[in-house]
Amino acid sequence: MNTRFSATYEEKVTFALRDLYANHGYSRYKMSRFEEYDLYVRNKDFLISDGVITFTDTNGKLMALKPDVTLSIIKSGKDSAGAVQKVYYDENVYRVSSGSHGYKEIMQVGLECIGDVDDYCLYETLLLAAKSLYLISDQSVLDLSHLGFITAVFDGLNVPAELRARALSLIAEKNLHELMALCKDAGLNEEQARKLKKLITLYGTPDTVLPKLKETFEGVADLSALTKLEELIALFDEETKKLLRIDFSVINDIHYYNGIVFKGFVKDVPTGVLSGGQYDRLLEKLGRKSGAIGFAVYLDALERMEVSAKYDVDVLLIYEKGESLSSIKLWAQELMSRGQSVQVQKEVPEKLRYKKLMKLEEGRMILLEERT
Amino acid sequence: MKNVLNVALPKGRLGEKVYAIFEAAGFPCPSIKESNRKLIFENEECGVRYFWVKPSDVAIYVERGAADIGVAGKDILLEYRPDVYELFDLDIGKCRMAVAAMKDFRDDPSKTLRVATKFSRIASEYYASLGREIDIIHLNGSIEIAPILGLSDVIVDIVETGTTLKENNLEVKETILPISARLIANKTGFKFKTEQITRIMDEMKKQCGGAV
Repeated sequence: MNTRFSATYEEKVTFALRDLYANHGYSRYKMSRFEEYDLYVRNKDFLISDGVITFTDTNGKLMALKPDVTLSIIKSGKDSAGAVQKVYYDENVYRVSSGSHGYKEIMQVGLECIGDVDDYCLYETLLLAAKSLYLISDQSVLDLSHLGFITAVFDGLNVPAELRARALSLIAEKNLHELMALCKDAGLNEEQARKLKKLITLYGTPDTVLPKLKETFEGVADLSALTKLEELIALFDEETKKLLRIDFSVINDIHYYNGIVFKGFVKDVPTGVLSGGQYDRLLEKLGRKSGAIGFAVYLDALERMEVSAKYDVDVLLIYEKGESLSSIKLWAQELMSRGQSVQVQKEVPEKLRYKKLMKLEEGRMILLEERT
Repeated sequence: MKNVLNVALPKGRLGEKVYAIFEAAGFPCPSIKESNRKLIFENEECGVRYFWVKPSDVAIYVERGAADIGVAGKDILLEYRPDVYELFDLDIGKCRMAVAAMKDFRDDPSKTLRVATKFSRIASEYYASLGREIDIIHLNGSIEIAPILGLSDVIVDIVETGTTLKENNLEVKETILPISARLIANKTGFKFKTEQITRIMDEMKKQCGGAV
């Protein structure tokens, strides 16, 4: 569907994401804007912002305008052995904006995989998270962390239970100096502190970081979580893998999340635009026996990425006479599938404002110019 | 085009010290020392662009991505909790967050304690950890005058030398935590300018005598 000239950037991203999730067999989950307030009170810490807009329904029940989608999806599902509920949503949620301290309507797209979640589900969710980011921008990064591995390191280094929450928040801040002070308080020796430090200082592409982590923690901590992460990453194709980074500063609330957690960043958008992870503990709290993984894309963060006013098209694709028709079609489609608008021409039109000028030469695409 | 790193510096004496560290670390920008009304100073060669902002605003500039990195006091980071990375303790601008009161003040636990402060969050959390009932009186400046005029029982504020307190017959009753200047980074900026930021941080650490 070409929505270029009638939709905002967020809407275009929404359409592209919906297509992506539907193509992977996720079904759309549509829900009411209202939910009983009680659901949020019981799981207050799971919500990103504290404020919830409430009102009394005609039957006297206290209702809320949804500040979150995941809780409603979990609530509506049932446990069934071997089954996995795969849904995506595209909903508005209502939260207090940290900047204005007022309520804000936020467009949110995301997916949830709930039930008998196995390694393939984990891989697929990570893949879709990475692909979602790539649809938004090819200059994006998906930070991966594993709460199970961090816990294994804490266990292996005997970090006292009462200091773990503080240690986690320091790792989230990349706050090395205070983590080292905490190691002293915890009675860790120099060697143990040096190892714990690696959870902050080691970050980067999986290929560079994972071997170093294994070397550091071999014989110190249970490496099974790390091995699992490595197995999942190995399934990625090279192009998508370029987006992945290992970074333990991604730490969601450990009361709800466990296992793999991740966060997506797009260049020039100051806050994270995607957040997710395994949240088996939340399901436990809600009385479910299943496992779960999911993520949300925060479209409000993309508002300032609007580029359509500056350019008529994202890509001007030019080709020489004699170029095969199928090759032109293939590359134009490839670019469009990345959410970019493409105009195909033999020559560069005089007044066309394009972001990238690409040329097709003997079936290969060459970048001739990129405007910022 | 070379990626320029935007650096928010806190205006004032601390900011000058901070800039001196950046300069000694190999990221100078001589135009910053010229006396004029320019707001932004750039050294293309080193890939840095400095700008002075109100110390309490540094964290906002960094959190919202207008600056990739900046230097802010730990007091501001604890009070406003910006979603940023706290990369390094510069060990300068050292002072402490403390509870102060009139020298003859005796706390009466049967009454709600009236606390005047600019740092409402830090004060609330401190007293909550003690289980003490308090009434926060948020002020924007001249905090020391509050207990003298009977507006509050105690104040929670930054104490550097304690001279102002002493001259007004006040004294520190409790130290809440030590404060110093920290290098902070925007999370997205850190992802896409990792090398630049870590290089600048490592060089600064050498200047501050810390291990890299």
